[in-house]
Amino acid sequence: MSNAANPPGDASAPRSPSSSAAPHSSDVSHSPHSTAVHDDRGRLGMWLFVSTEILLFGGLFLLYSAYRWRHHADFHAASMLLDRVFGTTNTIVLITSSLFVVLSIHWLRERRLGLAKLFLGLTLLCGLTFLVIKGFEWGHKFESGLYPNAPHLLSLPFGEILYFGLYFSMTGLHAIHVIAGMTVFGFVFRGMSKGTVTAERPIFLENVGLFWHLVDIIWIFLFPLFYLIS
Amino acid sequence: MSDITDAAHGSRAGADAVPYGEGPYFRPTSIKPGIVGWLTTTNHKRIGILYLTAIGTFFSIAVIFGLLMRIEEMFPGPQIMDARTFDALFTLHGIIQIFLVVIPGIPTIFGNFSLPTLIGANDMAFPRLNLFSWYLFMTGAAIAATSVFINGGAPDTGWTFYVPFSLKTSVDVPMATFAVFILGMSSILTGINIVSTVHMLRAPGMKFSRMPLSVWGLYSTAWVQILATPIIGITMLLIVVERLFGIGVFDPTKGGDPLLYQHLFWIYSHPAVYIMILPAMGIMSDLFPVFSRKNIFGYKMIAFSSLAIASVGSLVWGHHMYVNGQSDTAGVVFSLLTFLVAVPSAIKVINWLATMYKGSIQIEAPFLYALSFVFLFTIGGLSGLLLGGLSTDVQLHDTYFVVAHFHYIIFGGTGFGIFAALYYWFPKMTGKMYAKRFAIIAWLVFFVGFNIFYFPYFVMGWEGMPRRYFDYPVKFADLQFVSSIGAYIMVAGIALVFGNLIRGARKGEPAPANPWQGATLEWTLPSPAPLENWETPPIITKGPYEFGLDGKANGSASGHSPATEGRDGPYEFGSDGNANGSASGHSPATEGRDGPFEFGAKEVEK
Amino acid sequence: MSDSANTSEADATRVDHGGQSSHGSPRFYVAIWAALVCLTALTVTAASWDLGWIAILVVLAIAATKSILVLLGFMHLWWEDKLVIQLLIPIVLVTLTIFIGLTYTDILYR
Repeated sequence: MSNAANPPGDASAPRSPSSSAAPHSSDVSHSPHSTAVHDDRGRLGMWLFVSTEILLFGGLFLLYSAYRWRHHADFHAASMLLDRVFGTTNTIVLITSSLFVVLSIHWLRERRLGLAKLFLGLTLLCGLTFLVIKGFEWGHKFESGLYPNAPHLLSLPFGEILYFGLYFSMTGLHAIHVIAGMTVFGFVFRGMSKGTVTAERPIFLENVGLFWHLVDIIWIFLFPLFYLIS
Repeated sequence: MSDITDAAHGSRAGADAVPYGEGPYFRPTSIKPGIVGWLTTTNHKRIGILYLTAIGTFFSIAVIFGLLMRIEEMFPGPQIMDARTFDALFTLHGIIQIFLVVIPGIPTIFGNFSLPTLIGANDMAFPRLNLFSWYLFMTGAAIAATSVFINGGAPDTGWTFYVPFSLKTSVDVPMATFAVFILGMSSILTGINIVSTVHMLRAPGMKFSRMPLSVWGLYSTAWVQILATPIIGITMLLIVVERLFGIGVFDPTKGGDPLLYQHLFWIYSHPAVYIMILPAMGIMSDLFPVFSRKNIFGYKMIAFSSLAIASVGSLVWGHHMYVNGQSDTAGVVFSLLTFLVAVPSAIKVINWLATMYKGSIQIEAPFLYALSFVFLFTIGGLSGLLLGGLSTDVQLHDTYFVVAHFHYIIFGGTGFGIFAALYYWFPKMTGKMYAKRFAIIAWLVFFVGFNIFYFPYFVMGWEGMPRRYFDYPVKFADLQFVSSIGAYIMVAGIALVFGNLIRGARKGEPAPANPWQGATLEWTLPSPAPLENWETPPIITKGPYEFGLDGKANGSASGHSPATEGRDGPYEFGSDGNANGSASGHSPATEGRDGPFEFGAKEVEK
Repeated sequence: MSDSANTSEADATRVDHGGQSSHGSPRFYVAIWAALVCLTALTVTAASWDLGWIAILVVLAIAATKSILVLLGFMHLWWEDKLVIQLLIPIVLVTLTIFIGLTYTDILYR
């Protein structure tokens, strides 16, 4: 994992021939083509955090994998009880929200603060839509007696009990992450208004964006694994 | 999530380097007076001390729990407590020592205090996140403590929280497991901070191959913290959710598989023991050159072995489950991998001993702990081979043999490693020197007591004494008695050690900047280390263990010293036994000689 | 909306932006989005095919492809030049594979 640690840190790509000092710090660079300062340090930290989130869900995927392997027919039967239209819609909603995030970042770097805020707001709208749809789905399951420890659920085969146990755990944990992401985006939005998140310092928006894309990726896996078991 | 604060670092070459006090990310470190200053600090040294204070306290409490258990076990039959209390004690002893002491121990105390000074940085990559990690740590400790007093009392499940018992027992398991979850978050953030610091904040010229091996140890550990800890996070959350909502993933009455819990639990908890030992080994690799006045033997292999232990060690968790219902195939696979992971550890031990060979040994407290580390860790490691074998483990699983194994490795290893590091960096932390002779006496009592205490455990375990048992058959009475005596001696030794350190911190003699003549960067700072480490980034031109002609540390900071000019390797000592460097060896002391073993008049040692 | 920073769309020219080089244009991002939507449609359709045991592989392959698009395009891994960040996702995936794989040595053979 050896970095190019001989100074200059970024010697691999001669990037800023006209910048002040030939050797650059490896976490702060100034570019003549934009005044954006790129925070390598913050980005590295965020990526490391994203990795831990992947592994957090990874434990649940391990359980899912084991139980689906053991109870494939039951998993299939249970997945028929989920609404594919809702699931597909939610998938598109999250994918679109990810698009809106990168567009927001793009316009922030282009110094179009109004557009940046607009797209961030659209992202939040998508997140809200996702949660509302999820709420409908969960509510429907509760009404059908398919919640953990429900008498009806406990009368079903083991595989179906486990399926729904995992369904609520995984989509629940995922929803918590959606809410967390939206909350922090709220702070980013405020930062844009206050002038602490700018074209020169976009790192806060970018980092929360990374988190949000991860939430999207997790759903990209959850969707077919729960809704599309054939 | 980003934290761009405090000193701008320098990965820039000399003349262009921005002084640490400038640059877009500089924020002057202001320290408020008094306790508020400590509780709001983002300074890595202060945070290290905060962790040290907290961990020292938790360690002492857990030692007392252990002592109470030994008093109970001294004779057959109930002595001072009932079985339920005994269960609570071994559970809490395990939770505290594992999650509050040895897992966080070195990364949070010395990863914080020493790491930036070892690589020429002025702070960690994310100082505010660092303080937040400490608060998470204290919150986890508080929640764990609370779980002892409410809702049915302390958990009695063992620190492993095995299902189905943990799902059924009437105590507040969710609170205890949630505490572990919070502590896991703290550990993850520390790991993120350490990896980012090592990648981003090394001073100019500090290539990866010039980093002190203690940094390699902390770095490898940080990767394990990042990659493995989330698994215990989700596992603990699942226990909470199981107990609160009954989702069924671990409950056999709903189709759940208790063994899958064990898999998830040990997927973290085995790498966790490498989190415990790797940084300690790294520190040993710093100490052996300094106190042998000699180049480390096999720098690259030691660095590589740290990474190897971190990776291969993450593949062996099933050896905790040989007799729990796991498939034989899995048993064979895990057993093979377990034997493999012993190899890089052995490499380190051999290299340390080879470092001592023909060195000039300095008998000082840090080195006595380092030597103890090698001795105790080797015993513990060898006993691990017996446990790693499938057939022998059938006899030894869940006996005192296992308890002896991990106390030798973790307490003898990490524990003695922490004391070694404490004694080593004590002058840098406090600016004072402890009473040296008393330190040696305290060590001796500690070490002797430790062995009298734990060695009988190997024998008792071999003869069938189960672990976590409140009572035992009379045939074990003699060894139990001896063991308890050893425990009392050991605890007395620990008290002496603490007394020695605390008194030294208050009334010790002022210490020089470099009392051990080390050549790593932190010794170029005054003792105690100042708030801002360096005004301008130090320029590194040499490795971390290069000692000068006269045996004194020449330091790698801006080291243009004739004796070490023109060399590349980190630990170069001369043929006359004094540090002289042999790489491109033009040294005055050996000038004009032909043979490799012609010794001149010895220079002054120190 | 016209983008002012970049003329190329599908590829990211390494315009000097320091640590992270260039970023895509809005058209590029929308193209990624469109690909993701198509792949979503594909995976839903594939669920109605009778593929037997291959079905799970198809599902995972499509999900992996979508993830790679998000990682490279939206999360800018395509333009990432810090080696440790480039290696991070592969390392995480290898780690997860090992965790799940070794667990299977148990559950497959009980």
